[in-house]
Amino acid sequence: MTAPLLAVTDLQSGYGDSQVLFGVTLQVHQGEVVSLLGRNGMGKTTTISTIMGIVRARAGEVAIAGETVTALPTFRIAHRGIGLVPEGRQIFPNLTVSENLIAMAANRTGRPQPWTLPRVLDLFPALNARLHSPGSLLSGGEQQMLAIGRALMTNPKLLILDEATEGLAPLIREDIWRVLERLRAAGQSIIVVDKNIDALTRIATRHYILEKGRIVWTGTSAELRGNPDLQHRYIGV
Amino acid sequence: MDRTKVLAMLTVLGLALVPVAAWAFDEPFWIDLFARVAIFAIAALSLDLILGFAGLVSFGHAIYMGLGAYTVGILSYHGITAGLVHFPAAIVVSALAALMIGAISLRTSGVFFIMITLAFGQMGYFLAISINAYGGDDGLSINRQSDFGSLLRLDDLHVFYYLVIVILAALLWLGFRLVNSRFGLLLQAIRFNERRMNALGFPTFRYKLAAFVISGAVCGLAGALLANLTLFVSPSLMHWFRSGELLVMVIAGGMATLVGPVLGAIIYLMLEHVLAGLTVHWPAVLGAILLLIVLFGKQGLAGILLARKKVKEAKPHG
Repeated sequence: MTAPLLAVTDLQSGYGDSQVLFGVTLQVHQGEVVSLLGRNGMGKTTTISTIMGIVRARAGEVAIAGETVTALPTFRIAHRGIGLVPEGRQIFPNLTVSENLIAMAANRTGRPQPWTLPRVLDLFPALNARLHSPGSLLSGGEQQMLAIGRALMTNPKLLILDEATEGLAPLIREDIWRVLERLRAAGQSIIVVDKNIDALTRIATRHYILEKGRIVWTGTSAELRGNPDLQHRYIGV
Repeated sequence: MDRTKVLAMLTVLGLALVPVAAWAFDEPFWIDLFARVAIFAIAALSLDLILGFAGLVSFGHAIYMGLGAYTVGILSYHGITAGLVHFPAAIVVSALAALMIGAISLRTSGVFFIMITLAFGQMGYFLAISINAYGGDDGLSINRQSDFGSLLRLDDLHVFYYLVIVILAALLWLGFRLVNSRFGLLLQAIRFNERRMNALGFPTFRYKLAAFVISGAVCGLAGALLANLTLFVSPSLMHWFRSGELLVMVIAGGMATLVGPVLGAIIYLMLEHVLAGLTVHWPAVLGAILLLIVLFGKQGLAGILLARKKVKEAKPHG
């Protein structure tokens, strides 16, 4: 049996004296879309940051395709094929849209058909007209599209989106969800951190709910949809 | 063409016309003065690469200028006069020093980086003072300019002047190529958000170190040229005050513009020259003028010259 694309086992981490994660375990398989749910402050972003090595794990293990990467520096973890779209987008406002995309291009995973500028623009046609605009002049939606495009240009095996639709207009949110559906159909493995249960149950196959730094529930979309009490208790829906 | 590049071309053209003006106004000293200006412009340009584009505030950059100059001085002292040895040696010595200093100092950031680079600069200064064999505090005189044979007579001030201008023009051209290359874009992205660049899989330390070494090497070249102009090297070349002057040239001229440091070197050294002839309190006047430039032009002198009415951008949607 092949190793999962991402295997997080009993992960513990935090900031200074404060421990945030108390043994998070989750897996993502090739081609799978998984969601990470939970109310604010439950440790979703810390989980992502610890997977990426931005926050150091205090215990537990992160493995990518069977290789333990827990102690590796962040850029080496990204090199193993993780593309992070961070909370708050964090595009480079001093670079233009095309510079944001072209400068980050890297086919580290040896993809036979790597992501290119035209392919990203095909995915996000709205960026076409803004190609030479500095990132600082983009709207929130355009910045989010750029952040996703930038991550795709590194040709990740696993794309992680942290609160990708937060603060966006409903129409733009739908655009983002449609793009994620296209990516899933093309076989892209994805972890999505979000609060939109309807969209997540449509896109993701499995879901993890995080409560106070622990995974308290995992199940399929049908199981999540059919359990309003669970949604209310842990996600506040 | 990009307005910044046009300004750079006009600036270089203006510098190239100095010998003509010096001849027309019968002021041969101008060539010597502007050769010095152009050499400091090269040094400031090298600092802009790491300060303006990578956000690295090096407060010890003059050490590379000193090392480049001392390399020429020491080689000449030992009877090696070949320019084809002097210049490559000055560049390599400065680059190696930058590699060593960068490998240590780039592990820090912010005020700690400033302090470490300052400390290295002062180490170079005190090292030069302590080596009596090469003049110690008194400095070291150089008998003659680097020897390129009859091909390039550096003892002819006009030839030397145009060599400096050609080097400055070439470095500006290379600078524009570099900052617009993928390497340059990544440097600018690192300046804005280094952690993000790491998360995107870029070993930011290596990129910054590469820029630091390139910058040190170019500054060493400026030092070698300065040694050929003055035929004298002294520890004061590496003093922190000199590093501070380079920072002022870049900031007052306009960071991250490449042409800004050239304008900064021109305005700084010209003001220094003119004001020193008017009053003994010239540093206070110079300081006030530079303050005004920085206050009224966020991008320094280049920002003021390149300013134009803002074109109304299309309102972002979404």
